[in-house]
Amino acid sequence: MSKKQENKIGLDFKTDWAYAPAPEDTKHITLQKQYDLFIDGKFVKPNSKKYFDTINPATEQKIAEVAEADEKDVDKAVKAARKAFEKWSKISAKERGKYIYRIARLMQERAREFAVIETMNGGKCIRESRDIDVPLAANHFFYNAGWADKLEYAFPNRIPQPLGVAGQIIPWNFPLLMAAWKIAPALAAGNTVVLKPAETTSLTALKLAELIRDSGLPDGVVNIITGAGKTGAAMVNHPDINKIAFTGSTDVGKMIQKSIAGTDKKLTLELGGKAANIIFEDAPIDQAVEGVINGIFFNQGHVCCAGSRLFVQESIADIVIRKLKDRMESLIVGDPMDKNTDIGAINSKEQLLKIQEYIKIGKNEGADFYQSSCTIPSKGYFCRPTLFLNASQSHRIVQEEIFGPVLTIQTFRTIEEVIEKANNIAYGLSAGIWTDKGSKIFNISSKMRAGVVWANTYNKFDPASPFGGYKESGFGREGGLHGLMPYLKF
Amino acid sequence: MSTKNSLPDFRNTPIIDQVGVEERVARFTTRSIKKSSKMQGLKMILNMIDLTTLEGKDTEGKVKQMCFKAAHLHDIIPGLPTVAAVCVYPTMVKTAKDALKGTGVKVASVSTAFPSGQSTREVKIADTKFAVENGADEIDMVISRGEFLKGNYEYVFDEIVAIKAACGSARLKVIFETGELSTLDNVRKASDIAMYAGADFIKTSTGKISPAATMPVTLVMLEAIRDYYYKTGRMVGMKPAGGISTSKAAIHYLVMVKETLGGAWLSNEWFRFGASSLANDVLMQIAKETSGVYQSLDYFSKD
Repeated sequence: MSKKQENKIGLDFKTDWAYAPAPEDTKHITLQKQYDLFIDGKFVKPNSKKYFDTINPATEQKIAEVAEADEKDVDKAVKAARKAFEKWSKISAKERGKYIYRIARLMQERAREFAVIETMNGGKCIRESRDIDVPLAANHFFYNAGWADKLEYAFPNRIPQPLGVAGQIIPWNFPLLMAAWKIAPALAAGNTVVLKPAETTSLTALKLAELIRDSGLPDGVVNIITGAGKTGAAMVNHPDINKIAFTGSTDVGKMIQKSIAGTDKKLTLELGGKAANIIFEDAPIDQAVEGVINGIFFNQGHVCCAGSRLFVQESIADIVIRKLKDRMESLIVGDPMDKNTDIGAINSKEQLLKIQEYIKIGKNEGADFYQSSCTIPSKGYFCRPTLFLNASQSHRIVQEEIFGPVLTIQTFRTIEEVIEKANNIAYGLSAGIWTDKGSKIFNISSKMRAGVVWANTYNKFDPASPFGGYKESGFGREGGLHGLMPYLKF
Repeated sequence: MSTKNSLPDFRNTPIIDQVGVEERVARFTTRSIKKSSKMQGLKMILNMIDLTTLEGKDTEGKVKQMCFKAAHLHDIIPGLPTVAAVCVYPTMVKTAKDALKGTGVKVASVSTAFPSGQSTREVKIADTKFAVENGADEIDMVISRGEFLKGNYEYVFDEIVAIKAACGSARLKVIFETGELSTLDNVRKASDIAMYAGADFIKTSTGKISPAATMPVTLVMLEAIRDYYYKTGRMVGMKPAGGISTSKAAIHYLVMVKETLGGAWLSNEWFRFGASSLANDVLMQIAKETSGVYQSLDYFSKD
């Protein structure tokens, strides 16, 4: 077949049959205009008297005002948590478990409400918040509730004891899910909590505060305070906190580690990532392509374990890239509240600018830029799914975390080469391997310096499975038995 | 390099991971198709149906009645399309052809010792020629699954080539009976064999074996069609048959076609449903979209 003819062949995904808008109903939710701090079982006005706006990134419209906690508010929350710890750590473990089960069940009952608010405030599509974020958050409470009265079996021949007050700071990419990851094991282990959600996505954490209040959990066991970096710093520096758990950027993680140096605070950090997703020539190609798509475009690429560096064996590179491009054409970018949307809004203007800056860097570095042809809404923060072909290890877009729907593609020839390149990075959170050969999976996964290695799948999460990183991706594990350990002393 | 009439190179046949296929399929089923897109989809489905009767007890009388239904699905609602074709045994082709004269509905005939395919090549060719001579526009042949599972791929390939030659200008649909092939890897391999041997359509099932058409099997076949199209530039049609009896399920198939192959395949030239009871469920949904209420099944003719 002639080259000319070959060029004409292509699939057209623009059809006369388009999906009519299918917006999720939002009438059933109730939101206040203003939210206070949840301290000692009650919503209280902030000492600062300051409130900041929280918006819907898909419309840029203000949804509510959220209180800004200052040092005095943080102190009040820590004191409440300390007071509650005396009782909470002494009630029977079985009772503790019951409270956590109750939170899990209430979350299931109110799942729709949580999903809609998560989508409204964070920009992620309703399909994901409905099918992944909220059910998984409830599952973390269920899972950890089960451990509450079995800790001595979890750690045989040791005497597990709670630490005290845990200060927890969570990011904006999975607001409710991260709150669950943090609160559930802390409570199961008998600690009390002061939690701060990210400033752009406070609403589901505050809704969780309402739920916790309704659950009858003793006052002060969970305190939820809102604010930006300053509030977080006040928590980190508070002398009466026993443990800091942080999920977020590597830069902030480093600052936290510096500021608690010399104290006896315990620390776990779950930071950035730049995961290698590796496709070998013997992989199930169509399923691998689907996995790559989900690996990078899930949650607009705002995923610390996103498979943002694709490595393709050279013998199949052309086919894989063609299939990726075709699949990207069928991704729907737009209104996150529409049930058919695949990629929602970028979480904030700041993040969109950062992604756009990296796209500019990638173009200047000479990698081949490609975006799907989809339309994006004129209002709100959106970014088309993006590929950079012919990228190399020396490119900044390959080395640095972009945290957006941008995939770099590199080719490789041998197993040794790809292992070396995959590990040649400051991060080590996750990796993906696609091959039909079981022995190859075990060989390579044992050589990946990454906390999680997925084989023939990607972005699979389970409360029973530990999650965490190597190198600049942080330390400590969340989920599973390993996730309980950082909340216990022996 | 000519790709015509030589056994495909299986080194280029991708491996299929069943878990991954099922996950992809689950995504199609979460698409929410409402209002105008639902109505448009439902009419498209009607127009893609191969209305089928393949029973030992089929008679001219039964076939004639079904043919009338094929061309007059539900005349109370104006503007409805006809089905794409009726699908009958070779002995009924003449009856169907006469009954459908002037309606635009095509006549498809199963052949090659349908449904088992257990016969000699000569008999299968004669069977096919008989149907074509009686006026069949389309031939639905079955592959020799026994030979396939023995690894005798050349036999399967040559047989399809021979039947294609016997078809003349009739379009050839090749039925794999995926319920007997057992793995998705086999489904993919059969798809490649059939397309390289000249199939105009590939089809999942006879309807006589369970499971018949499923979404994972259909997705694997659609992906094979896509790869073949990119290699050769030739479009091949797809026909899931058996087991699709509700509008909702059929709409999921349309979503799958749209997102796997694009708009060019969304017509009855390239996509068909082999079904006997689907039409009435679609009609019921259309009536509901039109009037706002569901009507009893007694308001929809059963032919």
